Amino acid sequence: MTLKKNLAAVVAISAIAAAVPLNAQTSLTGAGATFPAPIYQKWFSDYQSIGNVQINYQAIGSGGGIKSVTEGTVDFGASDAPLTDAQLQAYKEKNGHTVLLFPTVLGAAVPSYNLPGVSQGLKFTPETLAGIYLGKITKWDASEIASANPGVKLPADDIVVIHRSDGSGTTYCWTDYLSKVSPEWSSKVGKNTSVNWPTGLGAKGNDGVAGLLKQQHGAIGYVELIYAVKNHLPYGKVKNASGEFVKADLQSVTAAAGALKEMPADFRVSITNGSGKGVYPISTFTWLLVPSRCSDPAKKKAIVGFLNWAITSGQSQVESLEYARLPASVVSQEKKQIAEIK
Amino acid sequence: MATPSSITDVLRRPASRSFVSRLRAGNEIAYLITLVATVSILAVVGLIVAELWQNSQPTVKTFGWHFLHTSTWDPNGGTFGALPFIYGTCVTSFLALLIAIPLGVASAIFLAEMAPPKISNFLTFLIELLAAVPSVIYGLLGIFILLPIIREYLVPFLRSTLGFLPIFRGPFYGVSLLSAGLVLSVMVVPFIVSVSREVLLAVPVEQREAALALGATKWETTWQIVLPYASTGIVGSVFLSLARALGETMAVTMVIGNTPAIAASLFSPGYSIAAVIANEFAEASGQLYVSSLIFLGLVLFGLTIVINAVARILILTTSQRNA
Amino acid sequence: MMMEISHGRRIVNVVMLSLSGVCTILVVGVLFFILGYLFAHGIRSLNWAFFTQLPKPSGEIGGGMANAIVGSGKVLLLATLIGVPVGFLAGVFLAEYSGKTFAFVVRYTVDLLNGVPSIVVGIVAYALVVRPMRHFSALAGGVALGIMMIPIAVRTTEEFLRAVPNPLREGAMALGATKAKTIFTVVVPAAISGLASGMMLNLARVAGETAPLLFTALGNMFWSRGWLQPIATLPVMIYNYAIAPEEDLHQQAWAAGFVLLTLVLVINITARMIIARGPASSRR
Repeated sequence: MTLKKNLAAVVAISAIAAAVPLNAQTSLTGAGATFPAPIYQKWFSDYQSIGNVQINYQAIGSGGGIKSVTEGTVDFGASDAPLTDAQLQAYKEKNGHTVLLFPTVLGAAVPSYNLPGVSQGLKFTPETLAGIYLGKITKWDASEIASANPGVKLPADDIVVIHRSDGSGTTYCWTDYLSKVSPEWSSKVGKNTSVNWPTGLGAKGNDGVAGLLKQQHGAIGYVELIYAVKNHLPYGKVKNASGEFVKADLQSVTAAAGALKEMPADFRVSITNGSGKGVYPISTFTWLLVPSRCSDPAKKKAIVGFLNWAITSGQSQVESLEYARLPASVVSQEKKQIAEIK
Repeated sequence: MATPSSITDVLRRPASRSFVSRLRAGNEIAYLITLVATVSILAVVGLIVAELWQNSQPTVKTFGWHFLHTSTWDPNGGTFGALPFIYGTCVTSFLALLIAIPLGVASAIFLAEMAPPKISNFLTFLIELLAAVPSVIYGLLGIFILLPIIREYLVPFLRSTLGFLPIFRGPFYGVSLLSAGLVLSVMVVPFIVSVSREVLLAVPVEQREAALALGATKWETTWQIVLPYASTGIVGSVFLSLARALGETMAVTMVIGNTPAIAASLFSPGYSIAAVIANEFAEASGQLYVSSLIFLGLVLFGLTIVINAVARILILTTSQRNA
Repeated sequence: MMMEISHGRRIVNVVMLSLSGVCTILVVGVLFFILGYLFAHGIRSLNWAFFTQLPKPSGEIGGGMANAIVGSGKVLLLATLIGVPVGFLAGVFLAEYSGKTFAFVVRYTVDLLNGVPSIVVGIVAYALVVRPMRHFSALAGGVALGIMMIPIAVRTTEEFLRAVPNPLREGAMALGATKAKTIFTVVVPAAISGLASGMMLNLARVAGETAPLLFTALGNMFWSRGWLQPIATLPVMIYNYAIAPEEDLHQQAWAAGFVLLTLVLVINITARMIIARGPASSRR
């Protein structure tokens, strides 16, 4: 009978399923930003043998990371949008304790584009980027773009704006920057992980945006630096607050972190629209969101161990993936916060 | 299965059986177990509806019915309006049906009236296999095969021939209402073919014979006699497919563009109810945001219930008429 | 007396009937196109690594979907355990025990359940299982898919049990079998081919479902132990890889799509052949 056959199957398959794998490692689940996903997944893969812990990270977007950690459905979250006061409060109300933010690496959101006929790198002013994303500048040969790129032959094609369709820290970084440089953007749209975009197509995750950029001629989209590099997507220089056109790379992002005067105690800070020599203006920290109380001793040991490793030894791997290392002062400040996890 | 021993048991058993022996015979238990299973299903459905209703309340209280006809979807600002999603869902489903109905009914006619039974059964078998293909695979094929074809061939063709119509104007980005409608039509055709064919086959043979005897051609018989007879059933199949198209998530979200905008042109990207829930639910925080998404789900559920009910009535009427 | 059919009407006849034939070819052609494309692309990307390796971290080439294949198996097993027994028993109740009005109410409710969009089932499973348990898990995914399996299980069971001719029941009861015994030892075995194929079709249908798994099973880079951890499944992996930019991941998506579709079609074809060969088939 179907029932008996089912039962037999249950026994057989449970045996198989339970037997795979054989070692009893602690396992943690984390979810959140796609921005640092490449380095996080590399870290977790490497750390498995070092700390004897299996850390499963699912890149569902910063918004998803914030929600999951607040609802307690994951052991930690990840976000490149620093939590707002309201979100911190919501966490506290729901869980009884606080959530701690741990910066891990620095990255950049770059304006990447798909213009096959244009071989030279493009330069973007803050006003241009705001104008494009507000839907006011609609063609590639618009005067604003042309004036910043003398000598470059720009096609008369439509600009296809691409943004994120999911709740994204990269969006937060991008809209945070636009809000600082464009009063119109600030009042009309604002900054958040998910906004009411005046124009454009939505794609899911940094990979979704990169994927759409590759397919769509005349498109412009914002992605984390490593996604543009890995997919061979050209990206433009952006004018920083000192008036210099800077291309996003290790040095310019590190410079942006260096320009930070003081890191607040809760590590919530924005480093966009920085000024200074070689500072890339759309840079950001990215954070791991870790509950300050953990009831499972094995899990607590695992996460404390990982955090200590990530901000010290783990930093040696980040530059190969185009993320900038944490400044030393930030690392020592974080070590103190790690001790707060009980 | 009766064995000699149980027959003699029956003969030996006293006329009135005690509760215990009835219980042991298993009747009560079997009845109880199956009843419990049935009631638990009722309970689950009740639970689902209750959960959905309760969790939509914040949105219902804040926006009321305005939710259904405002179009601002602003998680940042806290304003939520369902119109873009309702629009996208309706437009893509309508487009899908527009393509699938002629194709599907024509195929059903061929399979029911024209083809010899063996071929008809074989081809129907193949078409019903199309219905089994998972949605995500349609999405996969949609992104990598259909979109380039639409971009290279269909859109220029539409622009050059029907470009004066507002629905075929404007830039085309690959992901669009048109692409989603086309993918949906492929997904929906098998249902129309399958059910319409059954309905056509159920039309009594006398009707056809009478028409042919009066000198009608095969086509005339089909078009003027058989089809009208089966029409309610066919409309029922259409509604069934509509219900399926409305709820499609993966294939649609992969090709529709995920943009909550209401535009006249089919070339523009859009959003559907199922797609927005799939994209935004995992990260929706804040009571109003979550409840808006859940309310959208409830709206979709409500729509599907109504359409399924209509379909059921229509198909039932046809079969009763033919009985 | 043969009536002369005018030339015009004859032409219309031929044209329209050929057109309908063309439509059929078109529809069937789509199926072959889908199968062909998936076969060509998928076979090219299938390799031993696909079946044995775990996914690699973002950006690294290679890796496979071993955990997703097993994961799909685990979630589907759970779904069957949750959905099939309940559906089967309820179907038995409707076919053998129930009165008319209650049966109508139950059937209507089951229809309602069938109409719940798959994404909404996902939301409900999130609210009922994931949030209270504070994990994403294979269990939550199994519950979501199990709920989706119930309506078809009920409907198939009822349909095939009703198709068993009454004389069979009456004969058994005349020989002294109780009602319960009759049902489970006579009626059900008589309908077994229909029931088995119905359950197989049911399984094939939920095997491809992606939306309900998005916020229940989530996903996993590693092997998922037990039933209470997030778990990778084939459909979700296909979705994630298809929208990624890396060509390597697209290849893996094709391979996975091929494996999934082959599985679904094999189950479908087997199920339909069982029905076609079954003795007391209730179908035409």
